[in-house]
Amino acid sequence: MNSYETVFILTPVLSDEQAKEAVQKFEGEITAKGGKIKHSESWGLRKMAYPIQKKSTGFYYLVEFQAEGNVVADYELMMKRDERVLRFLTVKMDADHLAYADKRRAKAGATA
Amino acid sequence: MSNDIRYLTPINIDIKKEKYCRFKKSGIKFIDYKDANFLLKLVNEQGKILPRRITGTSAKYQKRVNKAIKRARHLAILPYVGDMLK
Repeated sequence: MNSYETVFILTPVLSDEQAKEAVQKFEGEITAKGGKIKHSESWGLRKMAYPIQKKSTGFYYLVEFQAEGNVVADYELMMKRDERVLRFLTVKMDADHLAYADKRRAKAGATA
Repeated sequence: MSNDIRYLTPINIDIKKEKYCRFKKSGIKFIDYKDANFLLKLVNEQGKILPRRITGTSAKYQKRVNKAIKRARHLAILPYVGDMLK
């Protein structure tokens, strides 16, 4: 199992429930194939640095998970086919990245 | 009487400030592509990546900086082309 991190942007036209449903759908894809969600967070509606599909804002989500490599391909294909997703990026996490993510989460937990 | 040239104000001889790699110095191992405020220190006003010659970053970390900035651009965290970013 490898650790991965995905950031994706959903269209701002969705309601809160629709967005939540989309996030659940993506997380379900990972868990159904034997992956494990380690952490997920929402950054809320953010202004993007440049317009994508003529939209200047988007809902940002961050998901950290552990899964086999072949799951990621299916996961990304699912995002690609979904019209609600403006942009996504999946990154494989190395040891330094994992340490950084742990620290970042601890920091966020302390302030929240 | 000496033949030395005398100046009223001491001439400014540029003392070369030693450049250092900020990542090596402060022990940052991973450069986060999600942290826009930090990445802004490594680009110019137009959003171009600053060269090593100016920032003093070591080759190892410059590679990681480049990767992080390019990832941030893809996710619209940083612009591809910008103006007056600073």
